[in-house]
Amino acid sequence: MGVYIVRRALWMLFVLFVISVMTFLLMRLVPGGPFNTERGIPEAVKANLIARYNLDASLPEQYVDYMAGLVVPRFTDATYKRSLIEDYAINISLPILGEGVALRWMNFGPSLTNRSQSVTSMITDKLPVSIQLGAAALLVGVIIGVPLGIVSALNQNKFWDYFSMSIAVTGVSVPSIISGPLLQYIFGVRLGLLPVAGWGELNHLILPAFALGFIESALVARLTRASLLQVLGEDYIRTARAKGLSERVVIGFHALRNSLIPVITILGPLAAALLTGTFVVETIFGIPGLGRSFVNSIGNRDYTLIMGTVLLYALFLVIANLLVDITYALLDPRIRYT
Amino acid sequence: MASTLNNIATLNTELSAVKSESLFRSSIKRLFRNYFAVLGMVIIGVFILTAIFADSIAPYPYDRQTLRDSDSAPSWMPSVFPMMIPRGEVGGYVKINDNYLLGADALGRDIFSRIVHGTRISLMVAFIGPTVAIIIGLSLGLVSGFMGGWIDNLIMRATDIMYAFPTLLLIILLMSFFRPSTGQLDPDSLAYALNRLDASMGGMFFIFVGIGITSWMQLARLTRGQVLSVRELEYIQAAESLGASRWTIMTRHVLPNILGPIIVAETLTIPRYISYEAFLSFIGLGVNPPTPSWGAMISEGAPAIRTYPHHAIFPALALFLIMFAFNFLGDGLRDALDPRMRGKE
Repeated sequence: MGVYIVRRALWMLFVLFVISVMTFLLMRLVPGGPFNTERGIPEAVKANLIARYNLDASLPEQYVDYMAGLVVPRFTDATYKRSLIEDYAINISLPILGEGVALRWMNFGPSLTNRSQSVTSMITDKLPVSIQLGAAALLVGVIIGVPLGIVSALNQNKFWDYFSMSIAVTGVSVPSIISGPLLQYIFGVRLGLLPVAGWGELNHLILPAFALGFIESALVARLTRASLLQVLGEDYIRTARAKGLSERVVIGFHALRNSLIPVITILGPLAAALLTGTFVVETIFGIPGLGRSFVNSIGNRDYTLIMGTVLLYALFLVIANLLVDITYALLDPRIRYT
Repeated sequence: MASTLNNIATLNTELSAVKSESLFRSSIKRLFRNYFAVLGMVIIGVFILTAIFADSIAPYPYDRQTLRDSDSAPSWMPSVFPMMIPRGEVGGYVKINDNYLLGADALGRDIFSRIVHGTRISLMVAFIGPTVAIIIGLSLGLVSGFMGGWIDNLIMRATDIMYAFPTLLLIILLMSFFRPSTGQLDPDSLAYALNRLDASMGGMFFIFVGIGITSWMQLARLTRGQVLSVRELEYIQAAESLGASRWTIMTRHVLPNILGPIIVAETLTIPRYISYEAFLSFIGLGVNPPTPSWGAMISEGAPAIRTYPHHAIFPALALFLIMFAFNFLGDGLRDALDPRMRGKE
C-alpha cells in the first residue's frame, strides 16, 4: 500500500508537470498579450511593463522562474515584505529559528492585468467562494441521488424504479446553463422565495447549489442503483439472508456498504468537476468566485492567473483521483495494492 | 465462482431458447418497446426536420433586427409570466406585439426563428462531436490494444494525463488558442486558412476540434479494453493461422465485433457534447454572432430574467428537450443492446 501511494504520488507530480508545460505553451502561443488593450499603451510604458514582469526573457527561462516561485519553499527573515511580486499562499512562521523567520511556499506571482492584486491574493479571496459552492452542490447531488438510487434498486422494474429513473434521466438533461435561469425565474422571480442573484448569505447559496448539483444527483442515482442491484445478486447477500438476518440488516449493513464503493469513487472526480464547472453558475448568479475570474483572465491573457488556476484545479483533480483509489482499497477488503 | 458458472449456464440456456431471433432484430424490437426511447427518437426526428427546413419554418431571418420591436412579447405571454406587465397597465413596461411567436430579443430579433436556426448548431455538434471523438479515440484504442508493449504504454499514459486535465479549462484554453483576433495572422499560414474555414462555418469548426481533442480518452480506453478481450478469442486465432495480415484482422475481424459497445457509449455522451457547445457559446467562445446558438441566447437572456424571462427560458427549454431526447435514446439503446436482457420481459 505504501509503495503504491508513493508510486502514484510520483506519477501525479509528473502529470502536473506535463499539464503545466502544456498550459504554459498554449497560452504563450495565443496571439496578443496582457498589455494589448483597446486604447493602446505608449510603447515606452509597454516596454517597461514587459521588463518589470520579466516577459522579455526566453520562454524556458520564464517557465522555470515561475515554477520555481510556485514550487520551491523559501525561508525568509524579518526583512521580508509582502508585495505584488512576492506573495506566498502558505506562510508558516517559525519563531524558534529567530525573530520573524518564516517558511513560505507557493508564490503565484503578480496578476498582469489586475495590477493592484497578486494572483495569490485573488486565489485566496475567490477560491473559498467556489469551494463553498462546489461543496454545497456535491451535498445536493448526494442527498438527492443516493436515496433515489436505493429506492429504485429495491423496487427493481416496478413503478418506483421507473419513476426514479425517469427523474434521473431528466436530471441528466439539465445542465446548470438550463437549470440556472429556470430556478432563478421560478424561485427567485415568480415565487420570490430566494434571492435571484448575489452572494454573502446562506440563502444566496441554495439556488446555485441546486443548479449545479442537480445533474450530478442524477449521475449518483444511476450509479447507486446499478451498483446496489449488482451487490444484491452476490453470494454473500444470499448467505446473509440464509443466516436469517432481517432484510433491514442485510440491506442496511451488508449491501449498502459495498454498493456505495463505486459511488464514493466518483465523488472525487465529481467534486473536481463541480469545482471547475462553476463558471456558468457563477456568471448567472453573480457570484464572485474563481471560475468567473478564470474566464475573464483568458480573454485578458493574464498569464499568471491562467497558469495558477489551471494548476490549482489540476492538483485538485489528481488528488481527488488518488484519494478515491485509496478509499477503494480501504472499503473493499478484496482489493489489495502492491 | 460457482455462481458465475451458474449464470453462464442459465445464460446459455436462455440464449439457445431465443436463438431463432437475430441479435440485431431482437435489439431493435426491445428498443421500440421502450416508450421513452421511442419518445426520444420522435423528438430527435422533429428536431432533425426542423434543422433541415429551418429556412422555411422560421418566419424571419435569424439576424434581422427590428429595433422598434426589441424586447416585445406576444399578447399571451403576460398570462404565462405574470411579472411581465404589458404597457398601458400600472407599472407596465412590456411592448405587446403579436408578430413574433415567442417575442423578440433585446435587438429586436425573432426568438422563435433564432431557436429554429439554433437547432442546426446543436444537432451538428450532436453528430459531428462524437464522430471526431470516435476517429481519435477508436484509432488510438485500436493501436494501443493491438500493438501492446511500449506503444500501448505510451498511449495509455498520455490518456491518463489528458484525463487529469480539467476538461472545461482545457476547452476554454484551446478555444482562445484557436480564435485569435483576425488580422494578426499571416495570410499564407495554415492557421489563417483554418481560421477562414472556421469563419465560413460560423465558428463551428473549432468547436468540433476543441470538443474532439478533449473527449477521446474514455473511448480510447473502452476500445483498448474491447480489443484486448476480443484478441484472444478463437476466431482471431483462426484468422491469424490462416495468414491474415494484422491490418485485415484489425479492420475485418476485431472492429466489427467491438463497434456495438462503442456506439452505445458515444450515444450516451451526445448530451455532453451538446452542453459543451452551449457552455462555450455561453461564455462567448462558441459560435460567432449573429449565428444563433441556444447557449449564447441563454447567456444574453439570463441577466434580464426578472424583466424579460422569455429571452432565456425558451432557448433553455429547447436545449433541455434535445438533451432529454438523446439521453432517453441512449438509455434505451444501452438496455436494448445488452445481451443479458435478451429473452426477458
